[in-house]
Amino acid sequence: MTGAERVRQAIKEANRKGRAALIPYLCAWDPDLATTRALLWALAEAGASVVELGFPFSDPLADGPTIQAATQRALRHKPTLEEFLEFVAGLYAEGYPLPIVVMGYYNPFFRFGLERFAREAREAGLCGAIIPDLPLEEARPWLREARRRGLASIMLAAPTTPAERLERIAQVSTGFLYYVSVTGITGARERLPEDLVLRLDLCREVSPVPVAVGFGIARPEQVRMLAPHAEAIVVGSALVKIVEAEGSRSPEKVKRFVKDLVSATERS
Amino acid sequence: MLPNKRGKFGPFGGRFVPETLMPALTELEEAYRRLRRDPGFRRELAWYLREYAGRPTPLYPARRLSEALGGHLRIYLKREDLLHTGAHKINNTLGQVLLARRMGKRRIIAETGAGQHGVATATAAALLGLECVVYMGAKDTVRQAMNVFRMELLGARVVPVKSGTQTLKDAINEAIRDWVTNVETTFYVIGSVVGPHPYPMMVRDFQSVIGRETRRQILKLEGRLPDMVIACVGGGSNAMGIFYPFVRDQVVKLVGVEAAGQGLESDRHSATLTVGEPGVLHGMLTYLLQDRVGQIKGAHSIAPGLDYPGVGPEHAFLRECGRAEYVAVDDEEALSAFRLLSETEGIIPALESAHAVAYLVKIADRLPRDTIVVVNLSGRGDKDVAAVRDYLSGKMA
Ligand SMILES: Cc1ncc(COP(=O)(O)O)c(C=O)c1O
Repeated sequence: MTGAERVRQAIKEANRKGRAALIPYLCAWDPDLATTRALLWALAEAGASVVELGFPFSDPLADGPTIQAATQRALRHKPTLEEFLEFVAGLYAEGYPLPIVVMGYYNPFFRFGLERFAREAREAGLCGAIIPDLPLEEARPWLREARRRGLASIMLAAPTTPAERLERIAQVSTGFLYYVSVTGITGARERLPEDLVLRLDLCREVSPVPVAVGFGIARPEQVRMLAPHAEAIVVGSALVKIVEAEGSRSPEKVKRFVKDLVSATERS
Repeated sequence: MLPNKRGKFGPFGGRFVPETLMPALTELEEAYRRLRRDPGFRRELAWYLREYAGRPTPLYPARRLSEALGGHLRIYLKREDLLHTGAHKINNTLGQVLLARRMGKRRIIAETGAGQHGVATATAAALLGLECVVYMGAKDTVRQAMNVFRMELLGARVVPVKSGTQTLKDAINEAIRDWVTNVETTFYVIGSVVGPHPYPMMVRDFQSVIGRETRRQILKLEGRLPDMVIACVGGGSNAMGIFYPFVRDQVVKLVGVEAAGQGLESDRHSATLTVGEPGVLHGMLTYLLQDRVGQIKGAHSIAPGLDYPGVGPEHAFLRECGRAEYVAVDDEEALSAFRLLSETEGIIPALESAHAVAYLVKIADRLPRDTIVVVNLSGRGDKDVAAVRDYLSGKMA
């Protein structure tokens, strides 16, 4: 099975059980790689479906203060993509059950070489990538390499995206389509836009791949409200805040919190 | 005609931004392409440039500087330092803020490093009665406290940015985050020929008034084109502005001068084109100061306006195809030129502009008799006198 298929299957599997799939985001190396490993196992035990693992970048311009701070903590370790892929390969060697996709800004991949990255990602077992500063018009070289290696090329759509453009984005997205819930940056929010549910329904009508909704989702109530309207739900900053507060002791707390989120994914 | 429809100058440029901004960039590009041909808009901009900013600026024959450099050269200074607010930045901010008003955007945001672009944006916003928010690295707000106060006097709100290196690149990140969040109501006024398409093209066009005037003036004064045009390069807007109308005149040598800071080996410089490598930052593919992994490095220069780890994509292109040459001079060389121009011509240049002068000083001996050289004097040095005093008295390491 290709990486893109694994991601899609994992989401379908949750959907078959009457749930939206939960996709937690964490920043690798925050606060260190040993904690990241423990956190990833905690996510698997808590019932998450897919993991979005951030590769830190010095200039995270789509991220709010929480993930910016995580990025700063992670960058102290001077991480490289080689180490990132080794880490992922190591997890799968230990039998890690969930598909992992990387979330990262374009420049490190560009520097590494797209062909080389796609090839080595596949060898490591990484399932795909989300590149928030690589819109449709610039994505062609990456889409080609991702397709060649069966990696999920997860594209983003936003509330500002016109309908016709949304369709074109959905057509090239594999694994899932990432629908950005708010006009804004990442970060936990008290309230989500009122027309979000409506827009998600429209999005799912045109998307040949499952639709995940993310940005700002932080609480079980929000997950419960959105679960019937999306195939998957991404939660990031709310988890990163726990890591920020608890450091190497965070896996237990994260596990409990993710369990609560997963229970809220039931599509009654 | 460059850039192409996708905003590419050869392989450089483009639009590497979050999806949320893509429709806004399309809207901006359409509005700009329509208005730049609109006679009403052109008249309006020309009127403000003339009556408010002080255009045209003189092309001044710097005889005493020529003498000091051996007396064999015909040196001209393009006096952007005489403009309102003291630098070329106002050419661009008047253009963009007028565009914003035509597009019905009532809220202006900008980034600033030294504060020059922030002041020029706050000025244009005050003039047209628009709300203005300026993002500035927290470190820069301390180093450039006077410009913070100036922006506040002009009615702008200055937001210190505490993330990352707390300097210009982080201020741009924060301005982009604001724009992503408030894109429906807000116009982002970028301060140089950087960022996603259409900014590099649009800022170049607004700054090209410098080169168009220079061309006309030198033909009148000398009856021929200059042999060489020299400008400093931070993001590259004053350089692009003076280069652009000469790009097709192959006889005119175009030289961009970057900041070598404390030396190119020191890691304390801003010589992006000289020693950087291609990468993607702030929505564009261009030369960047970055490490092996692709993390962006901090930049340094004694001239705060040159302190940026990227450069406009059109400069990357001009360098790649060999049409322009890029060189670097260090802090000490720039300071010497700063003093030389002050003493010989009674003109205290901005430290940024002093880099362009410094390169001329460096190569003067090698240039043949009667070479016509135009140096773009992008700004005046009032903003720098305190820092230079501290530096010379050894307080600033
Ligand atoms: C006087 C002056 N010259 C040059 C620059 C560098 O910008 P650019 O390379 O866009 O002209 C600045 C920037 O603040 C400036 O204030």
